[in-house]
Amino acid sequence: MALLTVKDLEVYYGKINALKGISFEVNEGEIVALIGANGVGKTTTLHAISGLIPSASGSILFDGKELTKLPAHKIVELGIAQVPEGRRIFQQLSVYENLKLGAFTRKDKNIDQTLQTVYSHFPRLKERRKQQAGTLSGGEQQMLAMGRAMMSAPRLVLMDEPSMGLSPLLVKEVFEIIKAMHDSGITVLLVEQNAKMALSIADRAYVLETGNIAMSGDAKALMDDERVKKAYLGA
Amino acid sequence: MSLLFSSHPLLKIFGRFKNKGQKQNGDLSLFCAQVSPGFDLQGVCILEFITYLIRGISLGSVYAIIALGYTMVYGIAKMLNFAHGDIIMIGGYVAFTVMTTLALPSYLAVIAAILFCTLLGVAIERIAYKPLRGATPLAVLITAIGMSYFLQNIALLIFGSDPKMFTSVVPLESVRFYYDGSGLLGVKAFWTGAADPVLPDKLQNADVLTISGVMIVTILVSVAIMIALMVFIKKSKTGRAMLAVSEDKGAAQLMGVNVNKTIAITFAIGSALAAVAGVLLCSAYPTLTPYTGSMPGIKAFVAAVFGGIGSIPGAMVGGILLGIIEIFSTAYISSQLADAIVFSVLIIVLLVKPTGILGKKISEKV
Repeated sequence: MALLTVKDLEVYYGKINALKGISFEVNEGEIVALIGANGVGKTTTLHAISGLIPSASGSILFDGKELTKLPAHKIVELGIAQVPEGRRIFQQLSVYENLKLGAFTRKDKNIDQTLQTVYSHFPRLKERRKQQAGTLSGGEQQMLAMGRAMMSAPRLVLMDEPSMGLSPLLVKEVFEIIKAMHDSGITVLLVEQNAKMALSIADRAYVLETGNIAMSGDAKALMDDERVKKAYLGA
Repeated sequence: MSLLFSSHPLLKIFGRFKNKGQKQNGDLSLFCAQVSPGFDLQGVCILEFITYLIRGISLGSVYAIIALGYTMVYGIAKMLNFAHGDIIMIGGYVAFTVMTTLALPSYLAVIAAILFCTLLGVAIERIAYKPLRGATPLAVLITAIGMSYFLQNIALLIFGSDPKMFTSVVPLESVRFYYDGSGLLGVKAFWTGAADPVLPDKLQNADVLTISGVMIVTILVSVAIMIALMVFIKKSKTGRAMLAVSEDKGAAQLMGVNVNKTIAITFAIGSALAAVAGVLLCSAYPTLTPYTGSMPGIKAFVAAVFGGIGSIPGAMVGGILLGIIEIFSTAYISSQLADAIVFSVLIIVLLVKPTGILGKKISEKV
């Protein structure tokens, strides 16, 4: 059984039907990309999984548990972390305090160990651990948002546009880190407008078009698909 | 002048001045007028200044405790809880009931007031404000004003409009500093209900600076509360959750923070602080009516805005500065203009620095 199963999920913003019954799966150990243009419902999908917005109908099963009726903080406890769009780090708090908040739901004693792992992935965060997070550069803030998600020791990480607003060099670095996270056993659901980058590291992908899944399949196969090439890869 | 001076209710919080063992009550202006020829006038004016300063800090400490509740609730729930001032009054009535009606010791009255107000604050949030989460700020504001009237009228219904005489919970009546031209000669504590301490000969003819016990306790309690709150917010997990919610509710939820619970805890802390403020205020100004809380509540709101709403150090600084400005305006300019001066200073501060003294402007970085 898949780690995450989304079935016929519908979400409304007032009267606007943002998701019109989408279904997809993420298997344990995969990187799955959700690609599509602006405003087709990618972020909405992630917010519905994390419980930040209510689902109108359909189901979201994580490891066999229904998420649609759970409050957001319970969903984190089950092992789903999100790196939100625009990073949304706590600007007034220090880098260290941000990371500690990432481990908010954990009651085990290995938090320090995870912290050291995060620091080894992001040496810059260790250097700047006492600095106010709002003073970090865009790239460092993205690193912090990713490190913060890792602190909850998640089984599944939802990544929302991690490449947004970063230089090509930093984008490459961010994707290296996503790969490293994946190698350490974390399953990744990646939402990206940068379809080329996303498809290059994903195992499978879904193409979202105005609230519906338009295409799905193996990432490499989608990369060669003429329609995907034309619409999303700029070929 | 003297009548106007002492008619200001909040000023009654502060110490009475006693001269050279004579049991003569009166404010400083009266005292100054009675200065005998050859008296050290400069010394008197410095003494006057110190007394006013301590009064100001003490009044400001009460404002600061109340302002903390306003600012924390604003920072975390993004709402102005205008019923906050009336929690002070409820705290006063609870303490009054326990002490006077049930004739129990004053420390039990303080505990009862804190517990009752904490539960009341949480209940108000749950019943009146929580259903409005996500509603327009105006709807929440009007609900808070409605809640304020509701509490006042409940108190009116239960206790009536007759003022109740509140017994001070502070058994220390005053501390007197004895001095002469050569310096401090001694310090004596006067306890309520106890015989006055016997003064050694050298103090009999010394000059006296009297500071009321309530004033001292108010300042000490406020300092303790502020330190405890700072440590709690900075060091505890719940405190960090509060900071996270105040900055970004959604991101806090993504960390696994229970936002509803965090808001409830904030209301609990704010209301407990209001109870403490209520007991201190009523101990100093013993006339308790259903409207006792409204003016200090508004002043504390001003203090919170003054310091930078949402900022905890801002509430402290704003409260204390407001108290000092109010007392100095009353003493040196005009007691009738004091409030006008206080609000003018607020307007000037907001014109120069719209976020308040310690308010921060968060630059958006995406």
